[in-house]
Order: sequence, then C-alpha cells, then structure tokens
Amino acid sequence: MSISVKNISKSFKTVNAVDDVSFEVKEGELFGLIGPDGAGKTTIFRILTTLLFADKGTATVAGFDVVDDFKEIRNHVGYMPGKFSLYQDLTVEENLTFFATIFGTTIEENYELIKDIYVQIEPFKNRRAGALSGGMKQKLALSCALIHKPKVLFLDEPTTGVDPVSRKEFWEMLKRLQQKGITILVSTPYMDEAELCDRIALIQHGKILQIDTPQEIIKHYPKKIYDVKAANMYRLLESLKSFEHHYSIYPFGEFVHYTDKREDFNPQELYQYLAAKNHQNIKIEITKTTIEDTFMELAK
Amino acid sequence: MKNNNVIEVENLTKKFGDFIAVNAITFEVKKGEIFGFLGANGAGKTTAMKMLIGISKPTSGSAKVAGFDVFTNTEDIKKNIGYMSQKFALYDDLTVKENITFFGGIYGLSRAKIKEKRSELVQELGLGDIVNELVGSLPLGWKQKISFSIALLHSPTIVFLDEPTGGVDPITRRQFWEMIYKASNNGTTVFVTTHYMDEAEYCDRVSIMVEGKIEALDTPKKLKEKYKAINMNEVFLKLARG
Repeated sequence: MSISVKNISKSFKTVNAVDDVSFEVKEGELFGLIGPDGAGKTTIFRILTTLLFADKGTATVAGFDVVDDFKEIRNHVGYMPGKFSLYQDLTVEENLTFFATIFGTTIEENYELIKDIYVQIEPFKNRRAGALSGGMKQKLALSCALIHKPKVLFLDEPTTGVDPVSRKEFWEMLKRLQQKGITILVSTPYMDEAELCDRIALIQHGKILQIDTPQEIIKHYPKKIYDVKAANMYRLLESLKSFEHHYSIYPFGEFVHYTDKREDFNPQELYQYLAAKNHQNIKIEITKTTIEDTFMELAK
Repeated sequence: MKNNNVIEVENLTKKFGDFIAVNAITFEVKKGEIFGFLGANGAGKTTAMKMLIGISKPTSGSAKVAGFDVFTNTEDIKKNIGYMSQKFALYDDLTVKENITFFGGIYGLSRAKIKEKRSELVQELGLGDIVNELVGSLPLGWKQKISFSIALLHSPTIVFLDEPTGGVDPITRRQFWEMIYKASNNGTTVFVTTHYMDEAEYCDRVSIMVEGKIEALDTPKKLKEKYKAINMNEVFLKLARG
C-alpha cells in the first residue's frame, strides 16, 4: 500500500474535522477525495504530509509512519496545497531551483519528469511567480512538487476556481504522471472529475460516505433517474415539489433529475400531471446516473 | 434604455498599459433575465464586471446599468445593484442578524424595513436556530445563501454574482440556484459567472469571453446547436481552446 489510513480523527475546538476515517491507496493509483468545502479533505492532507498530528488513529505513507518517520515521508512526497504557496518574489526558475536544492537535487536531474508541464511556463522563467496567471501558477506549483521525484503526490484541490479548459489539461497531466509510476491522492469539489480517478472516497462532514471505483459507486445508486424538462424551469421545480410521489428533485444542467418513491413509477403519469399544470414542451426520459447524484443521495 | 433592457453595453474597453483586458464588448441584458457571463481564467470577466458595477472606469465605449452611465453615475449604479462574490461576502465576526442589520443600514433601509426584511429572510431560509451565531462559524453553503439574500435586501434591479457556488456542496449549489430562479421570477435580473458548466445550462442566455472579446452569446440551446455540442462544457471547450 502506498497510503494507509486507519481510524484517523481530528477535532478543532468543537468541530470534528475528520471523524474516524480509514482508506488505502495502492501503489500507482490515482485516488480522489471528493467532497465540498469543509468536508475535512485538507485536514487529511495535512496529517498525511506530516504537518499536523491526528488526535486518534494511525497512517503510513510510502511505508513510513506519519508520526515516527515524518522526516522520511517529507523526502518521498510532493505536496501541492490548495492555497498558492510558492515564493511570489522569486522568479519561476528561482522557485524551481530553490525546491530542487532543498531536496538535494537539481532541475537537470529530474527534468524528464516535469518536462511536459514546465515547457509551458519556461518562456516566462524570468517572471516573478506573483505575476503569473492562475493557470501558470498551478503549473509551477506542480513542477515544484515534482522536482525531487516523489513516490506519492498530494494535490489539494488543484482545480478549484480553474476554468474547464485548464481543468481538462490538468487532468491530462495527472494521467501522464500516473503512467510514470507516481501514486496520486487528489481532492476536488468537482464531481465530474471523480470519474477520472481509479477509485474515489466520497467525503462530507469529516466522514467517508463511500469508497469504490466511480463505476461501482454509480451502480449502487438505488433508483432510476429521469430527466424532466419544461419551458419554465422555476415553475417546473415548484410543480415537481408538489407532486406527492417525488423522492428527489435536483436541477441538472438543462434538465431536472427526478426520482420517484415508488418502484412501479410510470413516467406517463408525471407527464399528465405536468400537462394539467399547463407546462409547455414537457419531456421525460430515463437518464444515466452520475457521481453527483450518488453523492447527493448519500449526503442527504 | 429600450425594451426592458437593464444593461446595455457598447464597445466597452479596458486597457492596462498596452494590455487590452476587455476588448470592445457589446451586449444587452433584459429585465428578469438570468445572464451567464463565462470565460476562461484571465479572459477579462472580472475586469468587465468591475466596470459594470461602477468600481473601475472604462477606457472607452459606453455602458448603462439599471439606467445609469458607468462613466458618470457610478454611485447611482451601486445603489441599484446587489453584488456578491465567493471571496467577499459577509463579516465573519458579526452574527447573521448583525450582518443583515449592517447591510440593510448601508443600503439606507429604515429600521422598520430592516426588521421586516430580516424576519422574512429568517423565515425563508430557515435561519431560526443560527440567527445569533457568528457568520464565521457557518458552513460555506450557508454563508453563500445568506449573502445572496443580503445582496437582494434593498430590492436591486440587478444582482451580480461572481462565482457564487465555487466549492459549495452539490445539494446547496442546487438550493442556491433555486434562489436564483426565484429572484428572476420576481423580476430581478441575475448576472452570474461560474466555472460549473452545468450551471451555464440554467441561464436564459450565456456569453463566453475569450481573450477580452465576447466570442459567443446566445441561449444554451442555440449555442449547443451552433457548435454541435452535447452540453455547455463542450461548447466552452471548443470556443476557449482556440
């Protein structure tokens, strides 16, 4: 196991930030911690990167104990915190050299690993890190986290606030790093990114709701989901809420995801109900379950 | 302003030295519309929004917001709009009640009006239990819902929302959008930026900015047809990748 977490808990004053969390990440796996702000993701990262002690439980990273062998862990992991944490007053190249030196290596020695990412910011290597755009900062931070060729890479919300184009490119980079044998633990509030991980843990209020492959998690969803659409979205939501057999109603893009309490639900019945309420252009179709549906069902 | 337009923008431009952050954008937003303002990081969205809310002076072009000129009537604009962003919302060291009272006061509402609005808000959001708690102790989702309601306290013509749902859990994100639908249904215009492309689908019309220019502007349905895309995410990737 590359990462092994057993019954970890951590509280801050009255808040149980992490509540009896256990999970394991295999060598070379791309593992996602999926959950909203305040779920406890960052606290788990800080415990695993030896920056914070857990109140209870044990954990190992790359075979080393997070308390007893903290110095070993620091040499073997790369950590990209959610908040940009490089030296704003150093240039791109100076930052990278600094991190390489700290870990007793050079940019040249491990250039192969960061090449794909670093070439995109190399034209700006003399620019101060503080003056980079969001996307470029992120690429520099990732380069710095990789420069000592870590066995395990920790990425805490690397794509939060990042636009869809840059998000897609970032995940393509992660897949390439994984192919080079690096174990990756990544957290994200974007549910669509969950489907790009090998396995995921859905987490909320410090507790793990479920751990599995994205495909299996979707399979466990207990109900059939229907896409419902009508001309006026606000009125549609109001009408669906007053339909007595509704189980859950969530807007999903241009549709509403509807589930019914009953096993033998006939969509035709809902159609007639909506038609009687003067809805126009009604459409009801069965649809695929997503990770987000599953998360909301578990988090209810 | 014609036909119910609450925002009219023509060739609006902002330069920082040689850099053209916003390059001659032109668009209109109608009363009660939910208008999605999308673009990649660095495309110029925030700069454009700052001009519209009257805190940054345009280099050239013209724009009217709620009937007021962005060059000469910025104080009137501020009185007639609401604004919330992911970064600045409420005062963490004040309670929910104190925040409502404070912002009501800032917007010049009378004590009686503030009291009335406050009980309305407590009722609607189900804030009964937490009205005397410090805002800093609340989960992000709650903060964002309260801060949206506060942005609507003075019944503004338009409310500007800058990535209001970033990092918020999926259930709260949807409750937040229901609040947006409701505001729009009551005639408030909603001008919103987001990085969640499913939320782009909830908008009446969407504009997509690329390198300072508006590259596309239409209903989500028409944009998907035009770019032969199955969803807004694909539309965005096709446009912004270039």
